[in-house]
Amino acid sequence: MSTVKYKIKSALHDQQLYAAIQNASNLSTAKRDDQILGLDDYESSRDAAREVRQRSVDYSPRLIEKFTREFTALGGKVYIAANASEANRITINILKSHGAEKGVKSKSMVTEEIFLGRALESAGIDAVETDLGEYIVQLAGEKPSHITAPAMHKSRQSIGRLFAEKLGIKYTDDPAELTEVARGMLRERFLNAEFGISGANFLIAETGHIAIVENEGNVRLGLSIPPVYIAVTGIEKLLEKLADLSPLVKMLAKSATGQKFSGYFHLLKPSREGEDGPEEMHVILIDNGRSRAMADPEMREMMLCIRCGACLNECPVYKTIGGHAYDSTYPGPMGSVLSNLLGRNKMLHQELPDLSTLCGACKDVCPVRIDLPKLLLELRARREKPLSHNMLASGWKWTMESSSRVEVAGKFARMVEKVVPKVMSGGVKPGGPGSFRTQVEKRKSQVESPKSKIRTDDEQ
Amino acid sequence: MLKTKVALFVPCLVDQAAVQTAWATVQILERLGIHLTYDSRQTCCGQAMFNAGYLNNARGSAEKFIRLFHDAEYIIAPSGSCVSMVKHRYADLDLSGSFLRDWESLRLRIFELTEFLVDNLGVDDIGSKFPFKVGIHNSCHALRELGIKAQPLKLLQNVEGLTLVNEDLVDECCGFGGVFSAKYPELSAKMGKHRSQQLEIDSPEFITGVDDSCLMHLKQAFKTNGALPGKTIPQTIHIARILASTSSSPFDSESYSYGGEV
Repeated sequence: MSTVKYKIKSALHDQQLYAAIQNASNLSTAKRDDQILGLDDYESSRDAAREVRQRSVDYSPRLIEKFTREFTALGGKVYIAANASEANRITINILKSHGAEKGVKSKSMVTEEIFLGRALESAGIDAVETDLGEYIVQLAGEKPSHITAPAMHKSRQSIGRLFAEKLGIKYTDDPAELTEVARGMLRERFLNAEFGISGANFLIAETGHIAIVENEGNVRLGLSIPPVYIAVTGIEKLLEKLADLSPLVKMLAKSATGQKFSGYFHLLKPSREGEDGPEEMHVILIDNGRSRAMADPEMREMMLCIRCGACLNECPVYKTIGGHAYDSTYPGPMGSVLSNLLGRNKMLHQELPDLSTLCGACKDVCPVRIDLPKLLLELRARREKPLSHNMLASGWKWTMESSSRVEVAGKFARMVEKVVPKVMSGGVKPGGPGSFRTQVEKRKSQVESPKSKIRTDDEQ
Repeated sequence: MLKTKVALFVPCLVDQAAVQTAWATVQILERLGIHLTYDSRQTCCGQAMFNAGYLNNARGSAEKFIRLFHDAEYIIAPSGSCVSMVKHRYADLDLSGSFLRDWESLRLRIFELTEFLVDNLGVDDIGSKFPFKVGIHNSCHALRELGIKAQPLKLLQNVEGLTLVNEDLVDECCGFGGVFSAKYPELSAKMGKHRSQQLEIDSPEFITGVDDSCLMHLKQAFKTNGALPGKTIPQTIHIARILASTSSSPFDSESYSYGGEV
């Protein structure tokens, strides 16, 4: 059994997980719908957002160059990392050069993608997650199960037990109390942090700005208190102009959390001497397969993704098994595609494109109109298939080439009902009436006039 | 209307496992005086192979389909999913030459049954009678790729004796997904259970839709999970069979074919 199959199996038997995921995704969906259905320009807003992202991908090398120039001119430093280990090495080197050992981190899927947390830990650097969900997940020693709601798989009771065990507090499952506990723990860390690390939603090539949306204020503290600040993000997050932010920010919070606008919106650039903020600002741009994906005419559309997570909330498969079953940093429909484009080798998560009924809900909610079913199908076509599947496919092809072969196969299927997928048993009784085709032909051969005037082709 | 010539496409699943749907479709179209043809050499649109990632095999089916149907004035099928495959997904099969040319015009002439009745023929009442409580499950491909939602609703609203329920129910996948259900049967079944329980809420006697594949999956879910407390399990039925039922030829669940013979 593959790891994914195994994880699906355990997820399917976890009633608590099922309840938590259903509950949270239904809530997110409802909140999103409230925002989106209220927009009278939803479709044109999607077009505008997509157009901006399309330029990001089309002009990528030029934008990276321009951003690097602008950001450096302001006193910041930009690094381009070809892969995960390079990105981790750069981060650790920056921190080591300052002797920084204790710091704070805000939520970032790119840092999850490169396993930065693990790399820092083995370098003896302590980076505490400060987003509440991430804090919970880190405390539990887990990975996020959702790209915008990392602890979505956890019930408040399980969080209560976790806090009681790890933080030595009295058990409570009151969300407000639990939040207060985490806040108290984190406040201390913020004040003494030697570095702050975050992701970035977008980078503006024109001006050298970093744009970040958040809801908890932890990003703001993390990028203003510590002396060293590092933003880690993918090379596809660059926008051409400052004005390009507007159509994206308009869609992002609505699609992600069902808010009109996020609680905080940061637009920052390196500070000059005497100004507030970190003394040093670094941006690490990670490729890790992205430039390869951008050069791939069929798959480059995936690089438009703005990581809102709406496709996860809407996906009936995701809603049934949760994010961990995908056994990849990025779960759900977007994750099943993206995971196979990242990393050094192609298609590291070959099974994931199968985790979809191709219902199309993901495509319908995507704020930048990514045709996820199409991309999933493309990946299904590309991957290598096991011999047994190839044989089945050849058998199917051979059968479908001729209607008489279909008849033989159909008769056989109805005879041995057990070997056919359960659809058959849903539809027809064993030894049933035969196919439509045989009935038509039988009727045609009957001399007495049948009720139906249906004509077969050779009668014309 | 009498002059409309229609080629019937009976998807492989309907042909082999849901004969009643095909006959009901014939009955409806003939009742409307449509000149119907059926080419018994037809097999499959290629969707199963396409979804499994076997593009070459799918292309083979597509070319066969195009060869058999490119002359038809209209092609009608009692399935949203297969129609969407032909109409939209053939674009990704790298068809070439005459196949590509023929498909480009053919795709504008293929319709799902209810879509054809309402949008093309402008018919929303065909004198049907079906005195039961009915809920709709909107199949995803029909709904999201062909925009079919209002058409079946309109038709059902005009069926004598029929009470519609579940009208405000949110649309969601039944969990079938073709190859998906073969590869992940347990997961697919759990999704089926979830959807079937949503559909049971208003206690319908029947659940209908435009795709037998989804309906069969739901039927299996109803059968496996039993009724919710205080509810009875609804039967699943393709919308064509509801529309084919009239006072002179009432619905018969045991009937396998048109008029109950063969």
